[in-house]
Parts: sequence; C-alpha cells; structure tokens
Amino acid sequence: MSFLDNFFSRKRPSSSTVARNRLQILLAHERGVSGEDDTNLLRTLHREILEVLARHVSVDQDNVNIKLDRGQNCSTLEIDIQVPETGLRAQVSTSASDLK
Amino acid sequence: MAQIIVVTSGKGGVGKTTTTAALGAALARNGQNVAVVDFDVGLRNLDLVMGVERRVVFDLINVVQGDATLHQALIRDKRCETLSILPASQTRDKDSLTAEGVSRVMEELREKFDWVLCDSPAGIERGAQLAMHHADHAVIVTNPEVSSVRDSDRIVGMLDSRTARAEQGERVEKHLLLTRYDPARAARDEMLSVDDVIDILSVPLLGVVPESEDVLKASNVGAPVTLAAPNSAPAKAYFEAVRRLEGEELPVSIPTEKRGLLDFIFKKRGA
Ligand SMILES: Nc1ncnc2c1ncn2[C@@H]1O[C@H](COP(=O)(O)OP(=O)(O)O)[C@@H](O)[C@H]1O
Ligand SMILES: [Mg+2]
Repeated sequence: MSFLDNFFSRKRPSSSTVARNRLQILLAHERGVSGEDDTNLLRTLHREILEVLARHVSVDQDNVNIKLDRGQNCSTLEIDIQVPETGLRAQVSTSASDLK
Repeated sequence: MAQIIVVTSGKGGVGKTTTTAALGAALARNGQNVAVVDFDVGLRNLDLVMGVERRVVFDLINVVQGDATLHQALIRDKRCETLSILPASQTRDKDSLTAEGVSRVMEELREKFDWVLCDSPAGIERGAQLAMHHADHAVIVTNPEVSSVRDSDRIVGMLDSRTARAEQGERVEKHLLLTRYDPARAARDEMLSVDDVIDILSVPLLGVVPESEDVLKASNVGAPVTLAAPNSAPAKAYFEAVRRLEGEELPVSIPTEKRGLLDFIFKKRGA
C-alpha cells in the first residue's frame, strides 16, 4: 500500500521507494518473458492447439498466435486463431486429418 | 565430503572476490578445511586479495587439462594452515575449462576438504555457469541498488535450472548476502532497504556487510578482511554469515550508523 500512502500524503516518494517499485514491475515481467519454462509452455500449447484444430478445421500454423503476459497479480493468456471461411465448414469428423 | 559453495552475483564489482576470501578465511579460522577456487579466468583477482599472487605456479586450467595435479596447484595460506587457494589462469583462453575437466577437479576437491568456495566471474555466461554447476549452496552477493538486484534475480533463475542439483530435481540452497550496505544512506531512504531486497528476491538473508574502508585496506595488504581486521564491522558480518552457513540459527545484525563515543566527542570539538 505504499503507493497509496505516498499518493495521499502528497509527499514525493523517496528514491528507494521508486527503486523498489520499478524493480518489482520489471522483474515480474522478466521472470515471465525470459523464463524458459514459459517459452516451452507456449510451444507446447501451440502444437497441441493445432493438433486439436486439425481434427475439425484446416488452419495454417501461422494463423494461431499465443501470447502470455505475466503481471504481478494476474496473467493473461491470449490465443488468437484465424480460420479461413472455407476452413470452418470443412470436415467435422472425429478422424484426425493431416495438417501439413 | 565438502559442501560446495558458489559465490555469485551476475553483476561485477559487487564484492564476490572479497566475500569468497573473507568467508573462506573465516571458515578456516573455525578449524574447517577450506579451499577457495578462482573461476574468473582471465581476470583472476582472488590470489591478489589473498596475498598469494607471487606464489602462483599452476592454476585451475592446468589441473583441468591434466598438466598439473591438484596438489601441485593448491597454495596453502601462510596465516591459516587449513586454508588453500586454487588460482585461476590469467592468460589462457577460458574455453579451455571443459565441463568434464571441471567436474573431475570439483570431485577431487570435494573429497579433500570440508568446504569448497568458488569465486564466480561476473556475467551469466559459460564461466558463471561452470562456477555454479556443482554447488550445494549459493551465496548471492547483492548491493542494494537496482541493477545489482536485477542481475541477482537472473542468477537465482539459473541456479534453479542450470545446476547439477537442478538437473537431478534437487535445489541449490540459496543465501542472500547484501554487501556495500551504507547505513547512513539507508536511514535517509536513498537506498533499497534490506527488507526490500529480501522481498524482491525471496532469498533468505545470510548477512549484511557494510561499506567499509577496512575492506579496501585489507585488499591493499593482501589479506581477507576476516584475517586483516577481524574486529571490523565487515569482518563481524562475515563471521556471523559463516556461523549461519555452519547451521547455527542467529538473527542477522543490520549495520547502523556508527556514532560511537569518540565520534561524538570529535563532533563536539569540531563544532
Ligand atoms: N564491504 C565493502 N566495503 C567497501 N568496499 C568494498 C566492499 N566489498 C567490496 N568492496 C570493494 O569493491 C570492489 C569490487 O569488489 P570485488 O570483491 O572485487 O567484486 P567482484 O568480485 O564482485 O567483482 C573492490 O575494490 C573491493 O575492495
Ligand atoms: Mg571478482
């Protein structure tokens, strides 16, 4: 709550407070983005989503985009899939069709 | 069987070499058999801080490459019988440190000593990774300053993923050592506080070493500060840290502004 304290007291925050806040934001970001675990997670998600999609619609692998944004309190996973109009109407069957 | 400790930080100039020498000597003073190993190939300094620079004949790379035995390369400290130094090479190419060679040397050291302290080079590249690879413990040397804390955070991540222990699903025990701490600036809120740094890095605190000219004086004469000035504030912090490494539970003393009686009298006189 130090942010609010500083806000309400209208005092300029001390330089050590500024340093702490900057670091907390930066590291939360770096731990997410540069973490190898996250890269692996995204790769696996990408592959498996394509596999599931391929059973029902034809989707180019470049048209599936996944983004992970790690925040301090909550993170968002954004999955963007673009399907061609013809693709959606395609085979709705349970047998896996090949993608590539 | 030795405990292997890596003294690491990411950032350069934060006090790794000073700390390796001080902790090594403090452990040895407690009667432990200690080897300090310089992994900073190309920029070796541990020999200088320990005052053995003129006694270096063989170095870590010679031993790794099999050109010298460990026994030939280890230099025994003259002030402290149970303390030995394995220097780094100054000239050779650092790629000549092979992972297998380092493993072999570390295993041999593990058998001969109670504690092995590895002084890591700065950075997060190969050299730093080799230095941390065999560690059971990591002393993460951090200054209360944004870039040092950020680099320490990277190192924490690597300790959890790139070490032999991590590969076996185990953990390297991490300890935060805050050095070059300036109590006066901390009191004026101009410096990250001890609690801030612990909070941000989530690593348990091993000690807080104040910024002190005793460190500089000790390195001038080529002695670890724990031997050169055992009663100085930084030496006391290092001795305390060593007791904690040895498993004792004691609260960490946070350095405060020293306003002794003498300071007081001189202040009065000066005014
Ligand atoms: N507690 C301290 N007080 C004052 N100077 C220090 C302290 N710790 C380290 N230093 C000085 O800081 C410089 C860098 O220290 P060093 O141990 O060589 O860092 P590193 O090995 O991390 O590069 C040296 O000049 C050293 O004497
Ligand atoms: Mg050094």
